[in-house]
Amino acid sequence: MSDLWFGVLNAFRLILSFDADLYEIILRSLHVTVTAVIVASAIGLPLGAWLAVNRFRFRRLTIAFLNAMMGLPPVVVGLIVYILFSRSGPLGVFGLLFTPTAMIIAQVIIIMPLIASIAHQAIRDLWADYHDLLISLNTTKRQRMITLIWDARRSLLTASLAGFGRGIGEVGAIMIVGGNIDHVTRVLTSAIALETGKGDFALALGLGFVLIALAIAVNIIIHRLSKTERAGQW
Amino acid sequence: MTLAYKLLFFIMILSFSWPAQADNMRMAVTTSFHNSGLSDILLPEIQKGIGVEVQLIVVGTGQALKLGRAGDVDAILVHSKSAEEVFVSDGYGTHRREIMYNDFVIVGPTNDPARVAAATNVVEALKAIEETRSVFVSRGDDSGTHRKELSLWKLSGFEANKFSPAWYRAGGSGMGSTLNTASGMNAYVMSDRASWLKFKNKGELRLLFSGDPVLFNQYAYLPVSPKLHPHVKNDLAIKLENWLTGPHAQSLIAGYKISGETLFMPNAKPR
Repeated sequence: MSDLWFGVLNAFRLILSFDADLYEIILRSLHVTVTAVIVASAIGLPLGAWLAVNRFRFRRLTIAFLNAMMGLPPVVVGLIVYILFSRSGPLGVFGLLFTPTAMIIAQVIIIMPLIASIAHQAIRDLWADYHDLLISLNTTKRQRMITLIWDARRSLLTASLAGFGRGIGEVGAIMIVGGNIDHVTRVLTSAIALETGKGDFALALGLGFVLIALAIAVNIIIHRLSKTERAGQW
Repeated sequence: MTLAYKLLFFIMILSFSWPAQADNMRMAVTTSFHNSGLSDILLPEIQKGIGVEVQLIVVGTGQALKLGRAGDVDAILVHSKSAEEVFVSDGYGTHRREIMYNDFVIVGPTNDPARVAAATNVVEALKAIEETRSVFVSRGDDSGTHRKELSLWKLSGFEANKFSPAWYRAGGSGMGSTLNTASGMNAYVMSDRASWLKFKNKGELRLLFSGDPVLFNQYAYLPVSPKLHPHVKNDLAIKLENWLTGPHAQSLIAGYKISGETLFMPNAKPR
């Protein structure tokens, strides 16, 4: 129990000390996960909309598959990306293994299905309301998808934030693909795993609370910027 | 669309804040080398001495050898002689150069139910643990330490894979996690001395047995073969080898102490 208390104290000490290494790790965590969320949203949101407005033969199967991929184990994704980008793997020539880029690629694979699935659910509900209107206006499929994505933007924000949540706390994949190299690929979660391995629970917990605070801060900033949860607007 | 612009701006700042890397190489090292804190002493000195930034991938010996075979690192620093010799004879490494050694210790509960502290050699100690069926946590991750532990059980006349999981627990993780497990179960465990001294969650555990010559643990440096993997930075790997085996590094290694104890004994032979 005292470890927990020391952890909280440590978190404050770490933040207030303006330790350059800590801020470097925080920035790298943000760099990797925010980039991954942007890329995954750019793929996942249109994919969700496309699945909502199109009817095709294996639609149900595709959606079921996408939903199942929400539970993809990060370690497996990490291992697959590692094998692909290893020097003796098919994409080895790019030399991307143990770089932040490889970590971003792994995280895109992990969070894209989550974003696409939530987006599809939100847009499908909206599509039920908009269906007759958009059909009668003789819109193209492309126009329908754009309209739906724009009008569902608040729900889609939740989809992207869910993706951010899964990415920022993930350790299995980035550990394998990034290698947890100091000053190169070390992020908050892999630093926590390292300190736990050293038995330094107070420092590990301190970093853990910093991670939680970071997730809360990012969510508050996003909500503020997008002006949600305010009087007259929801 | 101001929101989108703000976000874009934010991401751009993040993306450009990454400096380009200078002369750097990657080396896979064992957890004991890193957890001991020795790497924190050596890396800045390497940068100062030969201007090479060494990026460490900290893994078990098994995975380090695997990374070397795939050509994902430029050199490895591990401790499992027989596996290293196979690595070289299979052509994955150019050669094997001994750098330093440390030793393994047996750690266990303070009340010592198997009376390991009274043993005169490691075979006696392990036999006592087996006889009393005292809980023993094994690394179980094919690392150098794990292989060493298995060979010691064999030396004592046992097959570790036939032990009952009721008392012989194979954790399957690194030295730190294994010590955490042992601390939680108040169990016996074999650790390298450096990891044990640096470990902060000792709980009821204490060092019970050490000093048997069979517990010595030789670390060796192996550059990955540029013939097999033309992209590896062999020139930097050789530079690093010369530095590690040189007088400055060897005296740094000899001088590294935790609570008054020397952790590694340098024993590189000059060429």
